[in-house]
Amino acid sequence: MKTLSNEAKAFIAPRASHVARHAADKSPSRVTRHALPYFPGCALKDQARGFERAAQAAMERLGYELAELPRWNCCGTVYSLSSDDLMRHVAPVRNFIRVQELGERRLVTLCAMCYNTLRRSARFVSTDPERLQRINAFMDEEPDYAGGVEVLHLLQLLRDEIGYEEIEARVERPLYGLKVAPYYGCMLLRPREVGIDDPDRPETMELLFEYLGAEAVDSPHKVECCGAYQTVANPEIARERVLEIVGAAARRGADLIVTSCPLCTYNLEHHQLSVPGDASHVTGDKSSTRHALPVTRHVIPILYFTQLLAFALGAPGEELGFEQAAVDPRPVLAQRVGG
Amino acid sequence: MGQEIMERIREANEAVITGIDDADIKHWVTIYIMGKAYRVPADITLMQAIEYAGYRFVRGAGCRAGFCGACATVYRVAGDWRLKAALACQTRVEDGMFLVQIPFAPAEKPTYDIETEPAEGSVLLKYFPELARCVACNTCTKACPQELEVMDYIQAALRGDLEAVTELSFDCIQCGLCSIRCPAEIVHYHAAQLARRLYGKSLPVPKHVEERVREVEEGKYGEEFERLMSLSREEIEELYKKEQREKGGLGSRDASRVTRNGQGEG
Repeated sequence: MKTLSNEAKAFIAPRASHVARHAADKSPSRVTRHALPYFPGCALKDQARGFERAAQAAMERLGYELAELPRWNCCGTVYSLSSDDLMRHVAPVRNFIRVQELGERRLVTLCAMCYNTLRRSARFVSTDPERLQRINAFMDEEPDYAGGVEVLHLLQLLRDEIGYEEIEARVERPLYGLKVAPYYGCMLLRPREVGIDDPDRPETMELLFEYLGAEAVDSPHKVECCGAYQTVANPEIARERVLEIVGAAARRGADLIVTSCPLCTYNLEHHQLSVPGDASHVTGDKSSTRHALPVTRHVIPILYFTQLLAFALGAPGEELGFEQAAVDPRPVLAQRVGG
Repeated sequence: MGQEIMERIREANEAVITGIDDADIKHWVTIYIMGKAYRVPADITLMQAIEYAGYRFVRGAGCRAGFCGACATVYRVAGDWRLKAALACQTRVEDGMFLVQIPFAPAEKPTYDIETEPAEGSVLLKYFPELARCVACNTCTKACPQELEVMDYIQAALRGDLEAVTELSFDCIQCGLCSIRCPAEIVHYHAAQLARRLYGKSLPVPKHVEERVREVEEGKYGEEFERLMSLSREEIEELYKKEQREKGGLGSRDASRVTRNGQGEG
């Protein structure tokens, strides 16, 4: 892999044991898949269905099954910062009880927002037994949550358990020639204690894409906020953020931007298209005048990392879930990679 | 249910149903209606007890059979800190019960045109944005006299799953107790009704309905209708009784055993 630095290789090296373990049971006769309790979150059932579809397709090709958590409820959406507002932790804890009922210990998420809220909430209740006791007392219709559920983001599982070399070995459509800009946003990286990687210099997605054969395009804005929910009440704030993020990636030659968050995706798609240009492509809010500087219109497809992964692993078109993409990624994928 | 209990219920109900002398009633309980104590026969329903105590319902009573949802009642039992809720016509009195009637839930009911709305989950949040305030406390589920998984259908609504909302809320009788108890002030039952309407809209019209509508439009039943319309009231009543007898329905126990689909059992 010519694009990998020594530093990057060192980062990957400890995963060799996983590669060995998986190589051992690669025989076609293997029927038992590793089933992992999986928390989809609301957006993945509605606005971001392709994120989930592609994840299932990719994981199946890697010998795993994402088993949807029974009777899951909303993650809580936004982690509450008030330390005494225990009610905000009822939703996450109820999900942990569902995991506990399965006799499982881990819960895999795809949406960066769900990951952040659930992971922080698991931490919040595990660091103070009195908080957990009060939440358990409130939910007296449920068995007590005993603590100990580990919330994982799928990127962590790919990196730390499956291992990138294992993934590379299963690539059917190498992404040679494709330039991919990872966009982490906030929720995968901050605060540091729940981040999946270094909050300032993350490499998790870069390395994944390089193992898939693509070239990772670095950008100074990849760890910055997309504007998040400001897009509702103050859309000009989100627009300004998005134009910086998309502009930086575009100037560096990115063919695609890849996220792990439906809200980031919405903002990146919606606001890049708000810049006047080819009228046939312009949709959404064009009323904002706050961005006084002239801006260049860039139209870059925004993908979920699972879609790029599933594509590289050879999943057929209908399993990639591109239907909801505001900018169709298929032309650029066909042009750079083919088929 | 044991024969003995059934006998007690029958006995207790006699006071209400037949107006027999109080002296013949063996079992009594004390309940508190709007804070005032009343001694009432044991085992009768809350609704019967309230009437026994001398109140007359002008609101908050409907079908008296657990279907209309008009008789929502909030109560506590002495010695139990839980606030409970029930339908007055479906719940028996307990000694030391404090109860208050909720004549109706003052719930927000947005207006929409079901014909112009697409059968999509996002429509629910458009008309009921407060759904997103759900913190999964499950208070609604605990309040539901129909024992529905109310919170689960609100969660399904949040993710736009119209089919799941429809299935989980199907037996809702719109009493409003969930919404009165909800700390997030969600209007569960109206949101669920919108979901059921949207889901219903998304389903194909069944073949047999299409067929029958076509037959009606073609005048297949015209002659029969004309004949019925020309009959006197007495003649129609006689015809109905005759038909019911032939079906073995009228006067037999089976006539009252009707499922929610309107089909007789068995």
